[in-house]
Amino acid sequence: MIINGVTIDATFAEAFPMKATRAIITAQNEKWAMIAAQAMTGFATSVIACGCEAGIERTLSPEETPDGRPGVAIMIFAMGGKGLAKQLETRAGQCVLTSPTSALFAGIDGGIRIPLGKNLRYFGDGFQISKVIAGKRYWRVPVMDGEFLTEATTGQVDAVGGGNFLVLAESQPQALAACEAAIEEMRKVPNVIMPFPGGVVRSGSKVGSKYKTLNASTNDAFCPTLKGATKTDLSPEIESVMEIVIDGLTKEDIDKAMRAGIQAVCDLGSDNGIKRISAGNYGGKLGPFHFHLQEIMA
Amino acid sequence: MSALTLTLKYRPDQRVDMSPLVCGLLQDKDPAEIGAIELQCGKRKIPVNELFTIAGVDTQQIIIKNSFDKLDFIGKELDGGRISVEGDAGAYLGMGMKSGEIKVSGNAGLYAACEMKKGYLEIAGNAGDFLGGALPGNKMGMKGGTILVKGNVGERAGDHMRRGNILIEGNAGDYCGSRMTAGTIAVMGQTGRYLGYAMRRGTLLLWNPPQLQASFNDCGTHTLAFLPILFASFKTLDSRFADASQAFDRVQRYAGDMSEMGRGEVLVKAG
Repeated sequence: MIINGVTIDATFAEAFPMKATRAIITAQNEKWAMIAAQAMTGFATSVIACGCEAGIERTLSPEETPDGRPGVAIMIFAMGGKGLAKQLETRAGQCVLTSPTSALFAGIDGGIRIPLGKNLRYFGDGFQISKVIAGKRYWRVPVMDGEFLTEATTGQVDAVGGGNFLVLAESQPQALAACEAAIEEMRKVPNVIMPFPGGVVRSGSKVGSKYKTLNASTNDAFCPTLKGATKTDLSPEIESVMEIVIDGLTKEDIDKAMRAGIQAVCDLGSDNGIKRISAGNYGGKLGPFHFHLQEIMA
Repeated sequence: MSALTLTLKYRPDQRVDMSPLVCGLLQDKDPAEIGAIELQCGKRKIPVNELFTIAGVDTQQIIIKNSFDKLDFIGKELDGGRISVEGDAGAYLGMGMKSGEIKVSGNAGLYAACEMKKGYLEIAGNAGDFLGGALPGNKMGMKGGTILVKGNVGERAGDHMRRGNILIEGNAGDYCGSRMTAGTIAVMGQTGRYLGYAMRRGTLLLWNPPQLQASFNDCGTHTLAFLPILFASFKTLDSRFADASQAFDRVQRYAGDMSEMGRGEVLVKAG
């Protein structure tokens, strides 16, 4: 398959079941909601070493938030429910509770309930106040700038993590420009996050390493400087490869995001140095979710 | 199906225990069976069909017409369904109700919604003392749900209240929110003496400045983030509480009762 001079490989991305949750952070203005959201989703690019994958889903207008202030929706993905709950609570406590004027609400009404502010309330040292409003429990925790308002729980749902595609370009600036265009479009798709810095990862990994202590190492088949030194997957004109990883609530959400992203890359086309789109997989043996690039773009 | 309509034929001299006439207990009963149910009236037992004209068959929607203030225990422990009272209701209206809806077009007597657990109770007129309170000797009043009173309420509203909302469009009598453990009482009108007497936790939300006891301490004026959420939850009510112009988020906060735990609060709309 070739779109605008870009070859779409006959391969697939392989993804895994994860557990996910969403939280809504509001503040006095969008700037401070975003600061809290960025802090809460920081150091959360990959479950390999961060414990979770997290990202900002989108900004919310005052009409969309529970307290009528500007807000940001964030999502957190982890391999299991226990890990997710721990990450959510730690991050909420250190990054949102601490952030000026912030409030924290559930972003998923259904699912299994996991603590959001349920335990953060103890920061109130006995002065915290519970309010059950329209069937939802909120905690008002007195803090130095006023009150930190948080919903007690949020929902945990089954999700999919690790959808991806690779952008193969003739130069590094062209690869990055294509990925930036893709991310801009993908951020419009609901229920997905791209957890890596700016949504883009330049150090895609393979499973295993020559070093026993490492369970992941550089994806040498896609490293352009190793074209002559390893069993490469790259043709001579490829000088840079970048990857976009997508976590989503459902397979369909990831499908939509991948399609939007790949289309944006292909719109730039071979004239802008984009040569191929590929994807990372483990031969289909590890992850139950397969995203066939050509099917997605059909 | 038309609602089961019970029209009072005459006003007995003695008080009537209406507790057998709730939706759950009448389920699958035909009008003849309902008519044969005996109601305690003073020291006598009177069949329903002697006291009421029975029409309609839907026992999950009950309308009591010509009601007056001696019909006690209407909707006692109601667990689903709707009861509509045309006229006044006696004492213990909606006592211990678990879910469902009760609406009264007139006034209600003592202990309305006492020990209510969940559901919605609306009184278009006034309510007597101990609205949403605990029965004498008991330690727990209302545990959940919402009570809306469009008129005034008597003394001790929300006595020993533990959870839920009591919304009062008119005035509240003395000892409003006494011995509250938690929950919210909102009063648009005036409040009486000894407001929040011995309250441990909970919120008294007021539109007008109260006459506070010395055991309530001023915590200053604040903008509280939970108030817009609370007011938003009233939007579906047929009430002045649903009116956006009545909502506010800036309040004078008083903590008390300091002679008790002192974790309660009186929030007064800031001028």
